[in-house]
Amino acid sequence: MSSEWPLWEVFIRGQHGLNHRHVGSLHAPDAEMAINNGRDVYVRRNEGVSIWVVRSSDIAASAPSDKGPLFEPSNSKVYRHPTFFDIPDEVGHM
Amino acid sequence: MYAQMVKTDTARVRSLDEMDPVERDFQERIDAGQKIEPKEWMPEGYRKTLVRQISQHAHSEIVGQLPEGNWITRAPTLERKAILLAKVQDEAGHGLYLYCAAETLGISRDEMYGQLHSGKAKYSSIFNYPTLTWADIGAIGWLVDGAAIMNQVPLQRCSYGPYARAMVRICKEESFHQRQGFDILMKMVKGTPQQKAMVQDALNRWWWPSLMMFGPSDDASVHSAQSMAWKIKQNSNDELRQKFVDQTVPQAEYLGLTVPDPDLKWNENKGGYDFGEPDWSEFFDVIAGNGPCNAERLNARKSAWDEGAWFRDGLVAHAEKADARRAARMPAE
Repeated sequence: MSSEWPLWEVFIRGQHGLNHRHVGSLHAPDAEMAINNGRDVYVRRNEGVSIWVVRSSDIAASAPSDKGPLFEPSNSKVYRHPTFFDIPDEVGHM
Repeated sequence: MYAQMVKTDTARVRSLDEMDPVERDFQERIDAGQKIEPKEWMPEGYRKTLVRQISQHAHSEIVGQLPEGNWITRAPTLERKAILLAKVQDEAGHGLYLYCAAETLGISRDEMYGQLHSGKAKYSSIFNYPTLTWADIGAIGWLVDGAAIMNQVPLQRCSYGPYARAMVRICKEESFHQRQGFDILMKMVKGTPQQKAMVQDALNRWWWPSLMMFGPSDDASVHSAQSMAWKIKQNSNDELRQKFVDQTVPQAEYLGLTVPDPDLKWNENKGGYDFGEPDWSEFFDVIAGNGPCNAERLNARKSAWDEGAWFRDGLVAHAEKADARRAARMPAE
């Protein structure tokens, strides 16, 4: 038997961070060891207070070639970018 | 430098006009300082060169644990021992980041291990030298990690995103390491005459191998030129070696040590030091596997891998069993 350990992606929420950020990846036989190793490698110097690990094979990613169709903000559709409403000054901050 | 003499599979660097449109587009992005990310198109030569360089770098971190690990049980104080342990643990982490960065290029870590163990992939020549005294641990931190930093700081701007990002984390820790090494030597040169002599002896043995870490003089190296065109490398070997010498000589003087180079002399005109040529035949010997510790290092790696096989397999078997149990508990949908 010589199966390679699966790859895990590691996400850390910093001390004062609001959300988890991807910090890197590692190999581990199971989730528990992935968390243990993630702690040892990525959180040894106050980098954070919470770890998520996810099998890389469970992540679906967008393709670089889809950059245009997926992320183009369609600036021609003005109703998506509603920055043009006039609010009377008397109304105050809105 | 932890990666020396990385081949690029190119005979010469081609101009934009000679490239097909896809490749020209790629080169223009590099020239504009954009980062290349894992799933994007890249020339096969670029991919292969990066795999060679990043894996060589990763292997160096892993093999580099051996010369220093040699002194863990013999560190002279508990504090020094704890620091050395933390440092060696950092090196393991650096190896891990780098293997993962290389894996984004479509090679698996076990495959890279296989290349290291078979001798197909190289690691830095510096780790084929023995650590004979405690002062060597100081010299490695000061000189070897110092040379590594010289090379790795520009790598943070490398064109390949995952490698550049790994270097950011690594450089931070590498500078701890250099300071701890220098601190060991500072204490020792202020100690007994025997301690100071030990430090001088360590410098004598590590100076030239440290200069060789930057790789051969790149006048004739087409590989360096291509790596620089791809912005995998930012500076030439000689440029970095010069920078290292200019930075390190005053530090040696501060320690009251003599650099073992009769040709070393300040050159007012160039604002840097002139220095002698490293023994390149020794360098090529070490790279070819015939240095003082090549066989020992590789054997240590191979036996750790082979003798650890039953344990790795056990962990996989356990994980599979646990998965199966979890699946059995889940209600069928």
